[in-house]
Amino acid sequence: MSITIENLAKLRHFAGVENDRLAGLPQLFNQKPFVKGQTIVSEGDKQENLYFVNAGVVKIFKTSSEGKEQIIIIVRPGESFNDIAVFGSGYSPYSAQALGNIVIYWIHKNDLLPFMEKNWKVARNALAIVSEQERMLLTLIEDLSFKNVTGRVAKILLQNSEPGPDGFQKLTQYEMAAMAGTAREVVGRSLKSLEENGVISLERHRIVIKNKELLTQLAGLN
Amino acid sequence: MPVMPIFDQAKCDGCGLCVTVCRCGALVMTEKMVAIIQVDSCGWCTDCELVCATGALQCPFEIVMSEG
Repeated sequence: MSITIENLAKLRHFAGVENDRLAGLPQLFNQKPFVKGQTIVSEGDKQENLYFVNAGVVKIFKTSSEGKEQIIIIVRPGESFNDIAVFGSGYSPYSAQALGNIVIYWIHKNDLLPFMEKNWKVARNALAIVSEQERMLLTLIEDLSFKNVTGRVAKILLQNSEPGPDGFQKLTQYEMAAMAGTAREVVGRSLKSLEENGVISLERHRIVIKNKELLTQLAGLN
Repeated sequence: MPVMPIFDQAKCDGCGLCVTVCRCGALVMTEKMVAIIQVDSCGWCTDCELVCATGALQCPFEIVMSEG
C-alpha cells in the first residue's frame, strides 16, 4: 500500500496544511514492514529519517551498559519517532524496536527540511511535537532522578500483600503507577530492579515478596 | 484453566494493537473485536496492557509473601 496525501494529512506534522501543498510529498516517503522484535533504530546510530508508525506499535527505549532497559515511550499508529535526531545532530539518542509485526514509513531529513522551509505550519507543528516530547522526557527524568519510585513501589507492594476477605489484592502496573505518581514504564523498571536484587520475584500474574525485611527498608517503613 | 488477562469489551476500540504484540496467540481479532483464547503459554508479559490505549486489557498481579 502506498502513502497517499490523505495518509499524510492525518499526521500531526502536516496538520493544517492544504492538500495541494502536500502534492509531491508522498513520493518522498518510503515504507517498509518490520517483524516482531526487529530493531528499527539503534541508539547512537546516525539516522536522519523521521519515522511514522503506519500499523502496529514501536517501543522506544534506552539500554544501560549492564543491559538494563528503560522504556521511554510506546509509539502508536500515526505517531512519529526519531524527531530528536532529525532536527538535531542526526544521531539517535534511543533505540526503536517493533513490538509486533508493523509497518513504518519515513522521510529523510534532506527531503523534509526544504518542505518545512516552504510550509511554516509544518515547522510550527514539528516544534509543538518536539516540545511535547521534551516535556515528557523531563517528567521521566524527574521521576527517575528525584522521586524514589522504587521506595514507593516497595511500599505499595507491602501495603497490598495482606489478603482481604476476597483473597489477595490484585494490582496492574498502571494502577501501581497511578498510586506512586509516576509512569507505568518507571514502575516496570522498578519491579525489574527489585527482582534483580532478589527482593521480589515476578511470576505469572503474581509478585512474590521474597525479602520482606529489605522491602520494608526500601519502603522507608522501619 | 489458566488465568488470562482481563478484557473489557466495552472499552475496546478494536484497534488490534494488542493482537499484534501478543507473543502466545492468546489474543485474536474477530470481526473488529478482540477475543481472548485460554492458552497455557501466556507468560504474563503484559505487553497487551502496555499498548492498549483505552485500558480495555488489564494484567493484574496478585501480591503474595513468599512461603519460604
